[in-house]
Formats: sequence, C-alpha cells, structure tokens
Amino acid sequence: MSAPDVPLDASRDPHDGALARMNATRPLDWSIRRELWENRSLTIAPLAVAGFVLFVLAMTTFGLPRKVRALSTMDPARQHLVAASPFSIAPSMIMMTTILVGLFYSLDALYGERRDRSILFWKSLPVSDRTTVLSKAAIPLVVLPLIGLALSFAAQVSVLLWGSFILMASRVSPATWYSHLHLFQMPLALVYGVFVFALWHAPIYAWLLLVSGWARRTPLLWAVLPFAVIAAVERAAFNTTHIASLLRYRFMGAMTAAFDIPPGTAGQHGTVVDRVSQLDPVKFLRTPGLWLGLLLAAAFLAAAVRLRRYREPM
Amino acid sequence: MPAIEARGLRKSYGKTVALNGIDLHVEEGRILGIVGPNGAGKSTALHAILGLTAYEGELKVLGRDPWTERDQLMRDVSFITDVAVMPRWMRVSQALQYLAGVHPRFDRVKAEGFLKKTDIKPASRVKELSKGMVTQLHLALVMAVDARLLVLDEPTLGLDILFRKRFYDSLLNDYFDHSRTVIVTTHQIDEIQDVLTDFVFVNRGRIVLESSMEAFESRYLEVMVRPERVDEARALLPIHERPVFGRTILLFDHADRERLAALGDVRTPTIADLFVAVMGRDAGEAGGAA
Repeated sequence: MSAPDVPLDASRDPHDGALARMNATRPLDWSIRRELWENRSLTIAPLAVAGFVLFVLAMTTFGLPRKVRALSTMDPARQHLVAASPFSIAPSMIMMTTILVGLFYSLDALYGERRDRSILFWKSLPVSDRTTVLSKAAIPLVVLPLIGLALSFAAQVSVLLWGSFILMASRVSPATWYSHLHLFQMPLALVYGVFVFALWHAPIYAWLLLVSGWARRTPLLWAVLPFAVIAAVERAAFNTTHIASLLRYRFMGAMTAAFDIPPGTAGQHGTVVDRVSQLDPVKFLRTPGLWLGLLLAAAFLAAAVRLRRYREPM
Repeated sequence: MPAIEARGLRKSYGKTVALNGIDLHVEEGRILGIVGPNGAGKSTALHAILGLTAYEGELKVLGRDPWTERDQLMRDVSFITDVAVMPRWMRVSQALQYLAGVHPRFDRVKAEGFLKKTDIKPASRVKELSKGMVTQLHLALVMAVDARLLVLDEPTLGLDILFRKRFYDSLLNDYFDHSRTVIVTTHQIDEIQDVLTDFVFVNRGRIVLESSMEAFESRYLEVMVRPERVDEARALLPIHERPVFGRTILLFDHADRERLAALGDVRTPTIADLFVAVMGRDAGEAGGAA
C-alpha cells in the first residue's frame, strides 16, 4: 500500500540529462488520502453511529448491576449472552455502517469524477488508471474495515471501562462480569470478522465500482437491475430462485463460511462471536465461494481500470 | 525529437467528424497557437495529444503514445483545459499536498509563490473561490510543474485583462526556456500574437493554414487604400478585403511591398485579420487555403 507507483531514479533525468530535483512520489497513498478528503462520510458516518450506540449503551448499562447479580441463576449459554452482548452491539452496528458506506461509496467513486468533470484534472496528473481504481477499491476493502476495527475496539474498551465503573459504583464486583467474558479473544474475533467480511464482499464492491465507471446515469439502477431482471425471469420461467439465493449467499454467506457456530449453542436471542474457537479460517479458505468471489472481484477491477481510459466527463 | 508528431489524426463522434486528418509537427522549444472557431476540433486535437480521447492515425507526444502511456506522459506534460475541472471539494492546501505527493516534477514552493500574488487563501475550498480565482489556482499548479510540454486550452477564460497580460508575460519570462514546448488555444488571439513562435488555423477538423511567425510576417501584408484606388489594388489579387472608415483594407499573400506602398499605408496584419480572411475563404471553397 505504501510502495511508490513507479520507482524513481533521480540520477537519470530524460529532460536535460542533469540531476533534476524530483519529488519522491507515492501516488497510491496520496490517492487514498484524497478519497478520504473528498468523502468525509467515510469516517464521519461510522463515528456518528459509534457515538450514538455508545450513548444508548451507556444509558442501558445502568441495568448492568442487576443483570450481573442475576447471572448465577441463569443457564450457562444465557449467562454468556447477557454478559457479552454489550460488547457485540456496538461493533456489529459499526460494521454494518462501514459496509453500507462502502457500498454507496463504491457506487459513486468512478461516477462522481465524471459528473463534476474533475476526471480531467485527475487525468492531467501522472497517476495511472490502475492506481486510481486500486485506491478507490482500497477504501471499502482496506480503509473502511480498518476504520470499523479501530472504532469497534474503542467502543469495546469504552463498554468495559464504563460497565466496570457502574458495577463498582453499585458495589457489584466486576470480576463476576469478567469471568463470563473472553476479553483477550474478543479483539481477535473482531479482526478476523472484519477482514472475512471485506474479502467475502469484495466482488460486490468491485461490481459497484465497475458500474460507477460505466454508467452514464443512475449507477444504482444499472448495478441492481440486471440481477433483478434475471431473478425475475428465472422465477417466471422455471419457478426457481437460484439467483436470489446466490445473491443472498454473497451478502450473508460469510457467517456460515468463516465461523463455526453450531446451531444448538446459540441462545434464544442469537449468539455472540467473541471466541477464537468460533473462528474457522480453514473452512473459510476452503470455501470455493471465497475464491470465486475474489476472482470475480479481480476481473471487475481490471475491467474498471481498462474502462477508465475511455471515460470522459459527462 | 519533435514534441508532437501527428499524422492523419482522425476522430468522429457518431456522424460528426471532429478531426478529419490532422498532420502536425511541433519541434521542441516552440510556442504554438491553435486558432479556430468553436467546434473546429481544437479541443479534440488537444485531448488526443493528452491521451484523454481515442483517435485514429499516428500520434507521438514526446516520443510516447498518449493513449496507452498517459500516466507516464503526464510526468512531462502539464495541461489546463477550457473549463473548470478542479474538484470543488478540494482545499487549496490539499491540492498542493496532493500534487507534491503524486507529481515528481511539481515544485510546491513555486506554486505557493504564484498563489501569494493572488487573493487565494490556502484554507479555501475550490467551491468558495470565484471563477477567475479557480483559473488562477489551476494556472499556479500547472506552471509549478517542470514540464517539457505545456498545453493551455483557453487558459485565461474569465480572467481580467490585467491578469491575462501578467500571465502571458510570466509565461514568456519565467516559464519558457526553449527546452519546453507550449501549445495554447484562445479566442483572444491578438493578446498572444507576440508570444507565439508558430500558429495553425483549424477549421472543421482540418488544419487550413500553418505558419511560423517569421514566415507570417514576411508573407502577409495589408494595405489601406482610398476608394478611388481600390480597383487598382484589387488587380493585385488580395485574399481578403474589408471596409474601414470609408477606406478599404486589403490583405495580400506574397505581394510586393513596394507596389503596395504606392497604393496606401502598408502594415503587417494581425493573426486575427488573417484568420478572418482565411476562414471566409475556407467557408466558401471548403478547400485547402494553405
């Protein structure tokens, strides 16, 4: 991510044969940075959601002492769920936000620069179409996951500190609470989850980027319409829903493909992923859907790079 | 190596022919003006040279194929197009930072020096600037790039005459150094006549006339004659005539200065005068005027 786009050799200057002063450049780094400058919602939206969720959690934490006192009366699966769920609410909301932001970002990334004609400015600079497209793909695939990760981690630390404070203020020992938590495995599960989802959703982002570079108007329509039409035709002609389930698999499949959550262990109110034993990277890496998706993503991005050469302002 | 070598450059949008076989040879160290009416193909030709649009025919810019090597080419080329294309959300300081980060030949100190002479504040966003200020900003960025080829497509649109004058002075005195090549299009031809070393007239996708300034000055003459001598002057086959205050100005190609002097005041025409003459004839014949 930080490798210079083109190796620079300041001693060989084709201009006048002399030693010319040349900046060392990092086009990819700077292109990613400029995406963050332009799309401030990339950081603001997850931050706002994190703030809101933490506020709500802070309010509900006042019930924590009562819950912790009652833990011993519950069955073990429910005990864990009650103790750990405050830690999973904020990250899951933040992750959902980053995914949503990533989808909308991708849909506009190569469309906006044509709409406002700034593509002519970007193309006047020695930044290749490949670097440009990769920098835009890096936002949903790398940058947003990292933002989500940092915010989720901060949220979990806040929940831990605030919860402990409330418990101590109510003269309940936080140790009882801690004994039902996997404090050191939680961050690992978080890191794993974030990148599993990014990899699994990669073809979606890449498809949206491609459409955003191709569509002359309403990229959202062009991104969704083909699938809607095919699914409708399939249903009408064969009365099957393979396309629809394929799409559902692409959006939701990461949960079953990358995690080991036997249906029986989940409590009535769902489950909390916070243990290393729930992560199954081997199964994930052996899922054909992962590699097929990545292959498709690479093809879409390659097409988007090629397409950008032909693109002019609208 | 020539800065630009084009042969049989063609481009059409559907049935509209934008470039209809352009041959252009520009040596390094020239300042070429491209003159033509709206829709003549000037911008399309420049876009082809800059790798912004596909074309048929042969084209080499600084020895590179602009269509397939745009990003490499842009290390040595800097350009400004006819419309505001600076991203509206960007801050001036961000533009400087970004260019310094991606452009090996961008001199940030130089750009800041240019900007100090304007009212543009580093913290301003492009959308907060006036039209003229955006152009000033873009020019400051472009001029701070140590480029071998500078392409200016209507660079001074929306700027007042003082700034235009200062811009062309600084282009000539601070920027141009005979190892660089400059291509400029503008509707205010008279303002750049003294700046140019060469010019071409473009009409309907073709080059209808190309000349160096020296050749132009020795080849074309204008004479202002009284009404009673107009027929005498017409006998010498002027390429154009226009009435001015009861007299007639006739424009001659390859005429004998002595003979014209006998008819009235002789002077070198402006490029604009020649442009009007050539375009009028081109519209009439639709043939080559060069």
